Amino acid sequence: MHGWMGTVLRVDLTAGAVKKEALKKDAAENYIGGRGLGEKYFTDEVDPKVDALSPANKLIFATGPLTGTMGISTGRYDVVTKGPLNDTLASSNSGGYFGAHVKYAGYDMIILEGKAAKPVYLWINNDTVELRDASRLWGKTVYETDDAVKAETDPDTEVACIGPAGEKIVKFACIMNDKHRAAGRTGVGAVMGSKNLKAIAVRGTRGIKVAERENFLATVRAGRKKISDNPVTSAGLPTYGSNILVNIINQSGALPTRNWREAYTEEADKISGETLTGAHLLRGKGCGSCVVGCGRVAKAKGKYNEVGEGPEYETAWAFGADCGIFDMDAVIKANFLCNELGMDTITLGSTIACAMELYEIGAVDQKKVGYDLRFGNADAMVALTRATAYREGFGNDLAEGSYRLATKYGHPELSMTVKKQEMPAYDPRAVQGIGLEYATSNRGGCHVRGYTISPEILGLPMKLDPSVTEGKPEILKIFQDLTGALSASGTCLFASFAIGADEIAAELKAATGVDYTAERIMEIGERIWNMERMFIIKNGYTGKDDTLPPRLLNDPIPTGPAKGKVSRLPEMLPKYYEIRGWDKNGVPKKEKLAELGLGHLA
Amino acid sequence: MMEKTENLLLITPERCIGCGTCELACSIGHEGEFRPAVSRITVHRFEAGVNIPMTCLQCDKPACVAACTTGALEKDTVTGLVNVNVPKCIGCRMCMMACPFGNVLYSMEEKQPLKCDQCSGKPMCAEFCPTNAIEYLPAETATIQRKKAFSAKIAAGIAEVEI
Repeated sequence: MHGWMGTVLRVDLTAGAVKKEALKKDAAENYIGGRGLGEKYFTDEVDPKVDALSPANKLIFATGPLTGTMGISTGRYDVVTKGPLNDTLASSNSGGYFGAHVKYAGYDMIILEGKAAKPVYLWINNDTVELRDASRLWGKTVYETDDAVKAETDPDTEVACIGPAGEKIVKFACIMNDKHRAAGRTGVGAVMGSKNLKAIAVRGTRGIKVAERENFLATVRAGRKKISDNPVTSAGLPTYGSNILVNIINQSGALPTRNWREAYTEEADKISGETLTGAHLLRGKGCGSCVVGCGRVAKAKGKYNEVGEGPEYETAWAFGADCGIFDMDAVIKANFLCNELGMDTITLGSTIACAMELYEIGAVDQKKVGYDLRFGNADAMVALTRATAYREGFGNDLAEGSYRLATKYGHPELSMTVKKQEMPAYDPRAVQGIGLEYATSNRGGCHVRGYTISPEILGLPMKLDPSVTEGKPEILKIFQDLTGALSASGTCLFASFAIGADEIAAELKAATGVDYTAERIMEIGERIWNMERMFIIKNGYTGKDDTLPPRLLNDPIPTGPAKGKVSRLPEMLPKYYEIRGWDKNGVPKKEKLAELGLGHLA
Repeated sequence: MMEKTENLLLITPERCIGCGTCELACSIGHEGEFRPAVSRITVHRFEAGVNIPMTCLQCDKPACVAACTTGALEKDTVTGLVNVNVPKCIGCRMCMMACPFGNVLYSMEEKQPLKCDQCSGKPMCAEFCPTNAIEYLPAETATIQRKKAFSAKIAAGIAEVEI
């Protein structure tokens, strides 16, 4: 095969058995790879009602046909499983070099089943695959594990692993690869921990063949031209990282502050990309075949005095503005701890912010928390970040995420979540389209399923007024479908600031030899979306869950450029259902499923 | 035969973001597939985001050529390249041992040394490097470039000093 390697690695952790299977060609063509193909395999094989933390859940590492090639920023892979944070179909995307090396070792996907009797790690050395004892790695941090596994295997190995948070079944534990890159959301690391799987080490020395070499290189040259002509991908992201957004979003009145009580702060610049670059940045970094280089190698100064990677925008926001903290060193330190211990920064930062509000209204007290947990207490935030990974003290409550935390202490309305997952750093009261994205994302509060911030704030590929609702359902559907195809291909979302369906389709066609067109990959994106939707519906989610926290629907933004605004989600949702071909309860109609080749899911 | 090259590969590690695109470009160019393991240029990634691309820079007094007893490796005085004449190679791998930088690799599959040939004057690593960490420049430009960059810093310092 071209683009695809043609082989799936299946590992039964219970039996300790490894087998290799031919990739299902039809499925590959119709779901491409990554999130799409991984989910296709998952939904074919796993009962949607499976307990996410039981051995019956499966954990799939899925690459796309462009992963590991020289496509436009194509170093990505997805972790597909049922996520314990909110029982959705998790597809957590990550970069670095790990995904590419899965391909170089000869595999499109790794499917992990069952549960090992004791801690193990998987060592993939091209054709030779074995499960090894990981007892002495259990308890180690991500950094320690990565180093130890390399020392035991090969220095050129790439490692994906969990830290203590995954072992302790923190509900939003990540799988970390290359030490600093995270498959971050919905708790995929907890699933790995529940299977007693500490790490996957892969060494690959094979090659990826493409069907049409000259065409592939021509599409890459054309795509790169678009990347270099685009100010976001050629200047903004390489210079400042994604954290360039702090000031931009704040100036739009959309920077959620103090658990979303506010959406604007005079202090935003203290945690901005400009401040990071000016005072903390050592250098930029790229994932495999990246043409942007948004990664940050930065230093937390002062009492922390540590070098690591980050923060991204969402992280700077979560530990910063959302917690009322404008101390860049503390924000960076919390980010480093999340990398080292393996936790999702968005969910943890937002959960701490929720705890701060619970504290300020008296729902939890200092005796319970162990700290004076008012908004702005950076020391408490950093200490609780560590405590959460180990489930120590109040960290044990935080480790459940804000939905369960706020419910436990009597104020579920203070959890800033959709479908139990914390929303990222854009206030839907100020940016209407992103509210519809949060409400309809198939894995709960999430911005990277349909990033309408691109048109609504950045003006890419066209400028839309963030305050209006008209046209947003239509543009969101396009973004959601495109993102599905893009993730399935192995391409980084950030490439889509400059390239779109035409370029992705051209790369896929040249790589695989399959006759992909823009229209065909958009249909695949829609197929992926509806497959995910049916999964969560079978898990009990309904149209009633396509909503936002009451604060965003009812409480006008108190200050800043978007003062007085609320989310007008109800204006958008019926239209969204209509153009999706769903009924008024948000269930895909039989005809729509049949049209997409998903009749079996009806 | 290729014309005498006036160009040099200039590598500026501080610009390297570690993406490995050079390895992919090299392997698709030479081997017809994306395969870093047989790339003639390799990026070495260190802690704190320091990345060093390594490849043969075509020594004027190449140790690999001196070590080659069959004449399979030779310095082309016209192009400036150190070339591999595959039919003469006996696979002894002394060239690998001799190169003090490790810039000669050996393919166990093809039974021959793998080293940079600058893609006959159009090095793909330089073409596709997204940050210009690898450039293919006229020799005069290449050698003077860093002097220029550093002298600009000195100039900025002098400009700030008021007498």
